[in-house]
Amino acid sequence: MAHAAHDQHDLHDHEHHGPPKNFIERWVFSTNHKDIGTLYLVFALTMFFIGGSFAMVIRAELFKPGLQLVQPYFFNEMTTLHALVMIFGAIMPAFVGLANWMIPLMVGAPDMALPRMNNLSFWLMPFAFCVLLSTLFMPGGGPAGGWTMYPPLSLQGESIAYTVFAVHLMGISSIMGAINIIATILNMRAPGMDLLKMPVFVWSWLITAFLLIAVMPVLAGAVTMLLTDKYFGTNFFNAAGGGDPVLYQHIFWFFGHPEVYIMILPAFGIVSEIIPTFARKPIFGYKAMVFAIASIAFLSFIVWAHHMFAVGLPMGAEIFFMYATMLIAVPTGVKVFNWVTTMWGGSMTFETPMLFSIAFVILFTIGGFSGLMLALAPADFQYHDTYFVVAHFHYVLVTGAAFAIIAAAYYWIPKWSGNMYNETWGKIHFWSSVISVNVLFFPQHFLGLAGMPRRIPDYNVAFANFNMISSIGGFWFGASQLIFLGVVIHTVFFAKKKSPDRSWEGAKGLEWTVPSPAPFHTFAVPPVINDDELAHGHVDH
Amino acid sequence: MGHQQDDVYYVPKNSYWPIVAAIAMFTTVYGAAHWLNAQPGEAGFGKGMFWTGVVLVLGMFFGWFRSVIHESRAGSYNAQVDRSFRMGMLWFIFSEVMFFGAFFGALFYARIFSVPWLGGEGHGVLTHQFLWSTYSAAWGASGGGGPAAVGGAFQTIPAWGLPLVNTLILLSSGVTITIAHHALRGGRRGQLLLFLGLTVLLGSLFLYCQSHEYMEAYQNFNLTLHSGVYGATFFMLTGFHGMHVTLGTIMLAIIWLRCAKGHFTRDHHFGFEAVAWYWHFVDVVWLALFMFVYVL
Repeated sequence: MAHAAHDQHDLHDHEHHGPPKNFIERWVFSTNHKDIGTLYLVFALTMFFIGGSFAMVIRAELFKPGLQLVQPYFFNEMTTLHALVMIFGAIMPAFVGLANWMIPLMVGAPDMALPRMNNLSFWLMPFAFCVLLSTLFMPGGGPAGGWTMYPPLSLQGESIAYTVFAVHLMGISSIMGAINIIATILNMRAPGMDLLKMPVFVWSWLITAFLLIAVMPVLAGAVTMLLTDKYFGTNFFNAAGGGDPVLYQHIFWFFGHPEVYIMILPAFGIVSEIIPTFARKPIFGYKAMVFAIASIAFLSFIVWAHHMFAVGLPMGAEIFFMYATMLIAVPTGVKVFNWVTTMWGGSMTFETPMLFSIAFVILFTIGGFSGLMLALAPADFQYHDTYFVVAHFHYVLVTGAAFAIIAAAYYWIPKWSGNMYNETWGKIHFWSSVISVNVLFFPQHFLGLAGMPRRIPDYNVAFANFNMISSIGGFWFGASQLIFLGVVIHTVFFAKKKSPDRSWEGAKGLEWTVPSPAPFHTFAVPPVINDDELAHGHVDH
Repeated sequence: MGHQQDDVYYVPKNSYWPIVAAIAMFTTVYGAAHWLNAQPGEAGFGKGMFWTGVVLVLGMFFGWFRSVIHESRAGSYNAQVDRSFRMGMLWFIFSEVMFFGAFFGALFYARIFSVPWLGGEGHGVLTHQFLWSTYSAAWGASGGGGPAAVGGAFQTIPAWGLPLVNTLILLSSGVTITIAHHALRGGRRGQLLLFLGLTVLLGSLFLYCQSHEYMEAYQNFNLTLHSGVYGATFFMLTGFHGMHVTLGTIMLAIIWLRCAKGHFTRDHHFGFEAVAWYWHFVDVVWLALFMFVYVL
């Protein structure tokens, strides 16, 4: 309580010139968007390796047919927790960390709009994952019914209470983070930073934040119903009481499909920053890019039942959701063509962020096409719950979302740390990752089309070869990410090569006008906006 | 208030309240999860941990808001901060709307799809024939809360009794808080305190009636949380609404105290407005509840 008096004492002393010396004061009580962004990124990287280790268990078990290493229940825990950790612990916090670091720098704000709430948003995450992962060490084990928590399967065992509460904490964190981002973008822009001059990354986050506020409460509602069905005798998902297990799936996927775009729209934004920089051309079709993101977000609310084609929906619903889903290919196609057109005729160089971005465009498009195949209701009866689905969403989430995050880390780490990363090792990391990830996931298309179901520890010997190839790719891809860890640690702590303010020759935007590393406080007074310095300052409206 | 200039950004100082909040919420939910899984008669740490967490959460709210009120009264917040607060509150209310949306969605789905399907309509014909061929689907008491009548026979709360009274109470409270707001803007303190006080009373009266209705439902109507999907949607919707009214009433009471201490001025009273918005939101949710849970 010593701080209470302190709080009052220097209320008017807003101008700090450096970070607090005390470790706890700086990192735990922080109101600084850069420090909180760093916390998010470090947390996400940690969870990326924890979730990755779960994936290694899965691939090791599937290396050969037959039960090899782990018990089936533990295998199911691994598939469930791999998904929950990667989605809520790695991908989403990584994007929020990037938003924290970059949005205030990109719009000329001194910090996020609500800095203390920002700190709470972050600190809920480690606690949420303590709740979730502690179940692994309990007598009854962790959640093993899949990350979608379908009842009645998910209601077996005691871990559901911990899972539900962990999801509540993550949801509160996401909602507060999203409110903060919207308020920052709408209220904290420097004078002259019009909405249609903002970087595409900022636009993508504005729309993503809206999606988060709209659907995280729905997930909270869905899991609350699971909790009351299990512990308080309600009958939401029990047909004997007039409820319906399929009701859960509807509510869950009403959250779940926008959630998919929550994990990819910021990736679109990142790639839309990086490709113009290394093509040394402004982005092609800036407004089309923004409107495409907005229309994808809108469509995400009316396609959820394509996850449920095989549960026995009425025919009309199957047809509606099939066509609505295929519509998404239109704005997504606009984006892919615009990225390609931005590169067309550009003076391109291929530094690591650009390599990851180009890989993103190509491999995400493969994931998009397999998504289009899955959108066909009659075909989905064959593909449903097979490895084809696994291959599809790993192409969009690993070579999509995760590659974009890695590209962003390479792109902005000179701004964050003031040091340039080692380009040779960056390229080694890229080529090792991009080859291994295809060895890992491409054969899974064939496995799925041949009928191998997902979420099983054992399989028919007919699937043995492709599984072994996939596992080899998996171990290789996992090991490749240790290179990334090495590059990051080396860059931050040991690299000799300093970065100039504008780390990349073709980079435009306000974030490159501040020193590298970005000082603890930037834009304490609103910067004067010079349209020539913005990536999109001269877009025709 | 607000003697800071608008063209200078305001970034608040470091604070330990966020980490206290995170620890408090963790303590609450971890305790709750442990408590829920305790065997009957088992002395676990869950219950104690849960209540410790609740106390911590309450203390955190008290402390965090106290420091925010102090800063506001010291004039640290400029117009830009005020706008951020407004956006924060509006988007928070939007998230609450979506939370209720999940439960309304469950209600509509049960009424329009799952219960009629169990009675053999549409593509539920086989389920009906093989599992519950004697079940005739209907919503409410005559549907018995599903084909297995899991909670036993029950009666429903008639809409035009207590629920109607509650509707009138909440609607009047929306009027009184608006009068109070006008009084605040017009600088009429007496009227402000009177009508804001009336709003608190009406909120409390609503809660009293609601708890009376719950007792009635449990004791005389056998309408319980177990009464099939009817009981589930009824109690979860009205229950979450009741929790929000409780929270809103507490917030109104705190705002009344702050008004009495003269914290607000004619044109600088965001705390009051935020609570008023919240109260109107709770009001609108009730109207939807009254229509779809009680009347129809």
